[in-house]
Amino acid sequence: MAQARISAGRSIAAHAVLITYTLIALFPVFVILINSFKSRKAIFAEPLALPTRETFDLIGYTTVLKQGDFFGYFQNSMIVTVASLFFVLLFGAMAAFALSEYRFRGNLLTGLYLALGIMIPIRLGTVATLELMVASGLVNTLMALILVYTAQGLPLAVFILSEFMKQVSDDLKNAGRVDGLSEYTIFFRLVLPLVRPAMATVAVFTMIPIWNDLWFPLILAPAESVKTITLGSQVFIGQFVTNWNAVLAALSLAILPVLVLYLIFSRQLIRGITAGAVK
Amino acid sequence: MGALTLKGVTKSFGTVDVIKGVDLTVQEGEFCVFVGPSGCGKSTLLRIIAGLEDATAGEVAISGRRVNEVAPAKREIAMVFQSYALYPHLTVRDNMGLALKQAGVARADITASVDRAADMLALGPLLDRRPAELSGGQRQRVAIGRAIVRTPRLFLFDEPLSNLDAALRVATRIEIARLHRQLGATMIYVTHDQVEAMTLADRIVVLRAGKVEQVGAPMELYNDPANTFVAGFIGSPQMNFLKAGALGMRSDTMGVRPEHIALSRDSGQIAGTVSHVEKLGGETLVYVNTPAQGLLTVRLFGEHDYAVDETAYLTPDPARAFHFDAGGLRMRQGG
Repeated sequence: MAQARISAGRSIAAHAVLITYTLIALFPVFVILINSFKSRKAIFAEPLALPTRETFDLIGYTTVLKQGDFFGYFQNSMIVTVASLFFVLLFGAMAAFALSEYRFRGNLLTGLYLALGIMIPIRLGTVATLELMVASGLVNTLMALILVYTAQGLPLAVFILSEFMKQVSDDLKNAGRVDGLSEYTIFFRLVLPLVRPAMATVAVFTMIPIWNDLWFPLILAPAESVKTITLGSQVFIGQFVTNWNAVLAALSLAILPVLVLYLIFSRQLIRGITAGAVK
Repeated sequence: MGALTLKGVTKSFGTVDVIKGVDLTVQEGEFCVFVGPSGCGKSTLLRIIAGLEDATAGEVAISGRRVNEVAPAKREIAMVFQSYALYPHLTVRDNMGLALKQAGVARADITASVDRAADMLALGPLLDRRPAELSGGQRQRVAIGRAIVRTPRLFLFDEPLSNLDAALRVATRIEIARLHRQLGATMIYVTHDQVEAMTLADRIVVLRAGKVEQVGAPMELYNDPANTFVAGFIGSPQMNFLKAGALGMRSDTMGVRPEHIALSRDSGQIAGTVSHVEKLGGETLVYVNTPAQGLLTVRLFGEHDYAVDETAYLTPDPARAFHFDAGGLRMRQGG
């Protein structure tokens, strides 16, 4: 293998760069985590110190869990993210299949129209979106968020997936047609499993902005029962006084589900990123 | 009434005409090979027969039934693809049985059909494997098996041997010929390799740029080509085309196959120097550069020692020569 012959010096240098980058990227997360376990005084006295016997305090976590319906927020975020992800992947893959597989009048224009969404931020349409949601009575429902996030995620999903679907062998799809498989079976049973790495890539890129978003929950669903975790954490940030213990604890807890979803997709993701490189 | 009838079939992609009117009848049980250089439309024609592409105009009939509007799965055809196109998530057994399962055949009947096809192709030990665990040759045998299981009216092969190495190609070629004899089924086979066409076909259809150039049995095409294209395409190495005027004949071009030219060191009709020699054991190919006629190929049987740059004389056999007019069409009266 070629890797075996790369000299030790270059390998160390490469690892040093990567490790430095990893440390820089993880440092804020690390600071949040350690401070979430400290008392308010300790946070401000020595923000970078690890929690010791004297400074260890779970006050942040108890505040978070007592004040407000934290698990409810959690659940809302989870429902919104997973449902949006599901629709983005389903409709994105279907649109990508149609664009890459079928020759029809306006194919290119439709593709460009769908890709336009990548360039124009969905937030420009916030007022119109809000009016639409008010008119359709969807304000303060999770459905409002799911619809908006699905729309937000679709352009990139269609764009990436249609490129990958073009690479799926035509012969395979045609063999399915000759064997009497319906177009839906060809799509779900033959094509989707083959673009699974690309699906995972799209899933991760779609999921993180949705989970972290504050804008649309604040505007479309600020009611207590439908608050998402990012919006729910804002109650601890006041204009004059911020409950840092609670904010840090809430943020630490909010990392968990993204981490779980990421771990689910990561095996596929790595294959998605390296697809084509090794072949 | 033939197993397959094409009437005035054309196909255009936008403004590009790929198939420019093909009429053809394939008899029941016939092995018919479409051959031509790449881009001649042979694969497109096969896909029109399969129903994977719509014909722009004309009629496709299988066993006398017009099938233009019929879905591929209902045309009672089976297709073998160049890239095997096995379903990666299914075992060999499920790959072979899928079409029957889709058609609603009883499970026991499917098992019986798959086992029968597997016996024919010696696939028995591989039935529980997945395509990823098979070699290229095995994959193509599975793809052929998948076609056999369906007992179709028409077998369609789209360059099935192109992805195999030379030794496997010969073995699989023989296997396909054996299956054709055993099943007696009608087969349409697309290839760009004239050797495959010559060895397998009952009848060859030579295509160029979307048009049929000539249809005939392999030896008809070899011994009686209609034009310079067919003459040059059929036979390996390629036929030599000589400027007939320089040899004192009335035709425009004289075609002589490499095996019908005598080579001598002392005397002959055309003088030249040897530019390259290929010794294959059973035969020797000598390439001779002639000032009057350019590079000519001579095929000698057995081993012969000619050195590069040696002077040699060529004498075409007039009885085996073909004469063509300026448009490349055959002149049957000769020069």
